[in-house]
Amino acid sequence: MDVANYLYLSALLFTIGAVGVIVRRNAIVVFMCIELMLNAANLSFVTFSRINGDLNGQVIAFFTMVVAACEVVVGLAIIVMIYRSRRSASVDDASLLSR
Amino acid sequence: MMTSTGLVYLIALPLAGAAILLLAGRRSDKWGHLLATGLSAASFFLGLYQLSLMLGRSSAQRPIGQKLFEWISVGTFKIDAGLLLDQLSICFVLLITGVGTIIHIYSIAYMSHDLDRRRFFAFLNFFIAAMLLLVLGDSYLNLYVGWEGVGLASYLLIGFWNQKPAYATASKKAFIMNRVGDMGLSFAVMIAFATMGTVSFSGIKAAAEQTSTAALTGIGIMLLIAATGKSAQFPLQAWLGDAMAGPTPVSALIHAATMVTAGVYLITRSNFIFDAAPTAQLLVVIVGAITLLFGALIGTAKDDIKKALAASTMSQIGYMILAAGLGPVGYAFAIMHLLTHGFFKAGMFLGAGSVMHGMNDEVNMRKYGALRKFMPITFITFGLGYLAILGVPPFAGFYSKDMIIETAFNAGGIKGIILGSVTLLGAGITAFYMTRVMILTFTGTSRWDEKAHPHESPWLMWLPMAILAVGSVTSGYLLSNGDALAHWLSPLFESHEEHHELLPPIVVSALALTLVAIGVAIAFLKYSRSGVDAVAPSDVSILTTIARQDLMQDRFNEVVFMRPGQVLTSALVKTDEVIIDGAVHGVARSALGVGASLRGLQNGFVRSYAALILIGALALIAAIWVVAQ
Repeated sequence: MDVANYLYLSALLFTIGAVGVIVRRNAIVVFMCIELMLNAANLSFVTFSRINGDLNGQVIAFFTMVVAACEVVVGLAIIVMIYRSRRSASVDDASLLSR
Repeated sequence: MMTSTGLVYLIALPLAGAAILLLAGRRSDKWGHLLATGLSAASFFLGLYQLSLMLGRSSAQRPIGQKLFEWISVGTFKIDAGLLLDQLSICFVLLITGVGTIIHIYSIAYMSHDLDRRRFFAFLNFFIAAMLLLVLGDSYLNLYVGWEGVGLASYLLIGFWNQKPAYATASKKAFIMNRVGDMGLSFAVMIAFATMGTVSFSGIKAAAEQTSTAALTGIGIMLLIAATGKSAQFPLQAWLGDAMAGPTPVSALIHAATMVTAGVYLITRSNFIFDAAPTAQLLVVIVGAITLLFGALIGTAKDDIKKALAASTMSQIGYMILAAGLGPVGYAFAIMHLLTHGFFKAGMFLGAGSVMHGMNDEVNMRKYGALRKFMPITFITFGLGYLAILGVPPFAGFYSKDMIIETAFNAGGIKGIILGSVTLLGAGITAFYMTRVMILTFTGTSRWDEKAHPHESPWLMWLPMAILAVGSVTSGYLLSNGDALAHWLSPLFESHEEHHELLPPIVVSALALTLVAIGVAIAFLKYSRSGVDAVAPSDVSILTTIARQDLMQDRFNEVVFMRPGQVLTSALVKTDEVIIDGAVHGVARSALGVGASLRGLQNGFVRSYAALILIGALALIAAIWVVAQ
């Protein structure tokens, strides 16, 4: 199977994630879309690792996963705090700038 | 040239007086006037001592100099602050310190009721020091320092009673008009330095022969402008009448005897420039001729006794400038008239001050009359000055003024006839207006205010007047006996061949005396026989009206210089507001506008930020892609 297909899939996942971040209001969904984009990137890394025949991409993928894990911890905590104070998880409501 | 270390004390003594009086403040109120008078007198005696030393030397050895310090030293450009005392300077030194000391003494009494008498004496001493620096400087740059110094002293003293806004304005007017003349002097110094590389008198005298006539003419004209400013000559004459706002001793010392003659000194000192620049010399003569008639005509219409005398000063300095413009033959006579004028005009100003002192500071001559009986000493001393200015033999003016008239006639050709006629006519008009002053003030019936109770002034005031009156009587004879002054000054000037005589001296004197007699007669007919109104009549001819307004000099200045200047200034202000300020404000406004429109992006929506980041990333990728292609 052509290795390029993995890259197409990666691009598709990334696009879905990006569109999701832009169009969805719910913070949880936005968060999941970000995860989707990160994993799309991971897929690309792994693919390139395969194409180049070395382990660099694999290693970077691990780093990405660690970053994603940290991000989930902090991000979810923030979302929970916002929900507690505002009774809403909508990202559009979470703005202190005057309208 | 011999050097001396004593010259600096001539200047240092009065300067120290000014410094002490100004720094000690009110603490010196009790003794300040005595110190100032003493230091001025000390300077006078030092001058006499220098004169005695000078008389003991041969003619070539007489000029002495003193280097004070290295003033400016930039590369090859070096100027020393140095003093030069020669036959010309010593005349001025004695006039300044002599008349200055006499007027100091007079002021002790005249200003005795003034709370600021100490400050007045400090300024007087400062003036003496500055004027001495002016006549003792050995280069145009040193002279310039003194020149500015006397301008400052004049400003301070005209505006001495600056609590009256009109007086403060008068002092500003004098200062500003003098600045116009000072520009001329600074230009002259610059041209001299650019063409000859030196500004000292001796250096320029030596370099003048190799210098082009055009450059010398330029320097000459600039020096003439300087002289017209300081000496109140046409066309910068308008300040002198208003300068009478100052206390009367100031009018006597600064605006009659000494400072206003600085222009004559400048031209005489620069004889080597004017002798080599005939065009500039001709302009000097023209300026002198115009001013001597101009001042005389103003004098005929003034009711303010000090302004009448000021107009007369202007006219008499016109005589001196005219004589100085006649070249080597006239310099000595210019200086002689300057010295005799210093005596009789200062004496008459002090007399006017004495009259004002007795008449509650009234200056309007129409409010005087019949003061002869009440102020006999003032009347006699003023009268002697009057006879001197008229040129009645054997009083001082007879010798000095007739010499100028005679020299003017002998200038040759049509020029001589015109100049001679102008000076003769001026003498006639002088006789008219001075007789008018005498009649209005001292004779006829009294036209005083009810409150006036005239009395003779104290001896501290009449003694100086008496000394000056003696000078008015004798100085002319002493200076011209055996051509004493002319011989004394002759080493400084180029020798000149005797001109052909258009008219013999006796005829000139007879003509002058005839015109003087006519002037006196007209004044008698007009003022003595028909009486004088206490209020100036308003139904007068257009000529009188114009003369009363100083021959429209202020109107002329206003229309020609002040109004266009105002238009120019307001146009510049408008330009500044519209173009300069407009550009600055425009930049600010556009920055504000850009900021306002960019502010819309910062809306607080996470999703729009995310979209912007995405768009930015895509743009970056596209750019990299384009570049990589």
